[in-house]
Amino acid sequence: MNSLSLKNVVKAYSNHIAVNDVSFEVKPGTIFGLLGPNGAGKTSLIRIITTITAADSGQVLINGEPLNQLHPNKIGYMPEERGLYKKMKVGEQLMYLAQLKGLSNKKAKENLKYWMKKFEIQDWWNKTIGDLSKGMGQKVQFIATVVHEPTLIILDEPFTGLDPLNANLIKDEIYQLKEKGATILFSTHRMEQVEQICEDIVLINQGKVLLQGHVDKIKNDFKEFKFSIRFEGTQPADLPLDEVDVLASDANSIVFKTKDYEHSNAILHAFIKNQVPVLSFNEILPSLNEIFIQQVTQKS
Amino acid sequence: MNKIWLVIQREYLTRVKNKTFILTTLLAPLGIILLIAIQAVIMSTGSDKIKNIEVYDPSHLLEGELSSRDNLKFSFPNQPLDSLINHYIAGQISGVLEIPPIEDSLVTQYTYRYHADDQLAMDESMAVDRAIGKKIRSFKLKKLNVDASLLNKIDTDISGVPVMVLKDKNVTSMTTMVASALGFVIGYAMFFIIMLYGAQVMRSVMEEKINRIVEVLISSVKPFELMLGKVIGVGLVGLTQIGIWLLLIPAALFVGSMMFGIDTSELSSNSISPEIAGVSAQNEFLQVLQELKNMNWFLILPLSIFYFLMGYFAYSALFAAIGSAIGEDINEANSLTLPVMIPLMISMIIGFSAFNAPDSTLAIWSSMTPLLSSVVMPVRLPFDPPWWQIAISVVSLLLFTIFLVWLAARIYRIGILMYGKKATFKEIAKWIRYKG
Repeated sequence: MNSLSLKNVVKAYSNHIAVNDVSFEVKPGTIFGLLGPNGAGKTSLIRIITTITAADSGQVLINGEPLNQLHPNKIGYMPEERGLYKKMKVGEQLMYLAQLKGLSNKKAKENLKYWMKKFEIQDWWNKTIGDLSKGMGQKVQFIATVVHEPTLIILDEPFTGLDPLNANLIKDEIYQLKEKGATILFSTHRMEQVEQICEDIVLINQGKVLLQGHVDKIKNDFKEFKFSIRFEGTQPADLPLDEVDVLASDANSIVFKTKDYEHSNAILHAFIKNQVPVLSFNEILPSLNEIFIQQVTQKS
Repeated sequence: MNKIWLVIQREYLTRVKNKTFILTTLLAPLGIILLIAIQAVIMSTGSDKIKNIEVYDPSHLLEGELSSRDNLKFSFPNQPLDSLINHYIAGQISGVLEIPPIEDSLVTQYTYRYHADDQLAMDESMAVDRAIGKKIRSFKLKKLNVDASLLNKIDTDISGVPVMVLKDKNVTSMTTMVASALGFVIGYAMFFIIMLYGAQVMRSVMEEKINRIVEVLISSVKPFELMLGKVIGVGLVGLTQIGIWLLLIPAALFVGSMMFGIDTSELSSNSISPEIAGVSAQNEFLQVLQELKNMNWFLILPLSIFYFLMGYFAYSALFAAIGSAIGEDINEANSLTLPVMIPLMISMIIGFSAFNAPDSTLAIWSSMTPLLSSVVMPVRLPFDPPWWQIAISVVSLLLFTIFLVWLAARIYRIGILMYGKKATFKEIAKWIRYKG
């Protein structure tokens, strides 16, 4: 059963359609990327999943059940627009947020102690957010998102404004939470992060799904038979370059684009036949960023 | 339900534990002690300068009538006016009071003169006026051959006693006065509480919006629950503060009067001269107590609480909606709060007139109009308005409050997620229609 499935979800505001017939599925225990440029409808979708707003039509299922009042307690949400009470003590506000997610006082305290110890911030309990640096506040924010042991964690642009140290810390935590069985929905427009972290993605633009699937498969689907070869010595004179575009070349390497593997193999074969030592031969898959830009500009 | 309780707790505890709250709650009664102290100090400094006044009174009109008092010393040297004025010029005295003889004992106009470069203070000239008036009066009585004891019988103490015709109720002349005062106090308290704490609800909404924590909150709790918890929590803070004041202010008055030896009752009844207040004051006080006891508290108390709660809920929900519609800047609040302040102000003005004329058409209709009724009806309650008016008022206010809270919640749920500029009324009207 999927952790989350959306079926033909539509959400319209008075002057535009924010979410237009979106369907996708998130497998349990995976990190799922929800991608799209700014204003694509990501936040609108997330707000529907987190029950902040409701869809005009379509269905959202969490673990197979239609969205209901109990689901928010199982969801951990870190919005893009995030913040904390400036004048409230760290401990008090985390207790408040944890209890709002349905934890008992005792359980909330127990979980908070675990997380604060893990992030080495045990002695912040009585500090106010106003006293902390921005990076410290981000740790507190993350704890607030995961303190109630959610099974579905939704992170909207989680790395925005994070320093590299905290970004790494949060990334590690995301992996660990995944290992423990949580499903993570990761919304961003930063493609390099998605490539590193996510397994499956859905790309939306102007409220519509452009493409979805496993990251490797998508990259494969959009491959252009681009290769790079590095070698020692001189390039063979009889390279079969008739069906090939040479994109770049220097004394010891060539980057080229061709039609199929038959042509790329022929080139590799020419090197071997001429006994030119090949140091590496790689297929260059398009980055998600390239696919993203290509898709978004092409279809809009 | 449990989540509303958590929100109430947070709203209540963070406010009550706040230093500003503790300070204002405790300092208000201290301020009263301070006020009493300042008054005591001012009054004592007023008496440190002694005024010596010589009276030129050739007809011996005031001799023996004008007695010296604390800082005011009168003397009657039998010397011509010029030499008395010379005493003043020489700096020996503070001034000369010239009392011309009375030509005709039936005068209706009399003028005396005070020779000095500074004037007599209000209370000083009043003392002289009184003494002369008294003297002229006794002259006239003698002249007209009227016995002074007879004259006392001319003055009459007037009071009107309302007699109920159909209602079975014991009413005295004091009833109307006490009822008015009570209505006035309840109405005013209502107005200030609604304004003060309604604005706090608005600020609390804005704080969460500006801090950007609100989206995290409403992913755990329904916006309606969050708003309701806020309204109730802040309301409880208000009740706590008022409760503390009700305990501390009488205590502060008591301590103040002990420390500075001032009769605090004078603070409020300065204008009544002690002679008039005198014996009857205690009597009147008992009468007031009796009247208060006679009031239909079983009606007034629960209804006042009802009107307070409904008024508070309706207005603070509207304030919450406004708070959600404001962008980043608290100064933007003014133009949006105006439409909410207007009915509140109007209700206060009508409440004022209802205090004078509780059965006027305006008072009756506005006490049955939601938004106005929560201030106007409490003013009328001590006057026993007909039950059907109360019934219409209660039902209409209840329904309208539920409607307003619903309406406010619809605005609030959208408003808190809108960032950027302040919303216009047109946009807010659109939000109400948004689904889910």
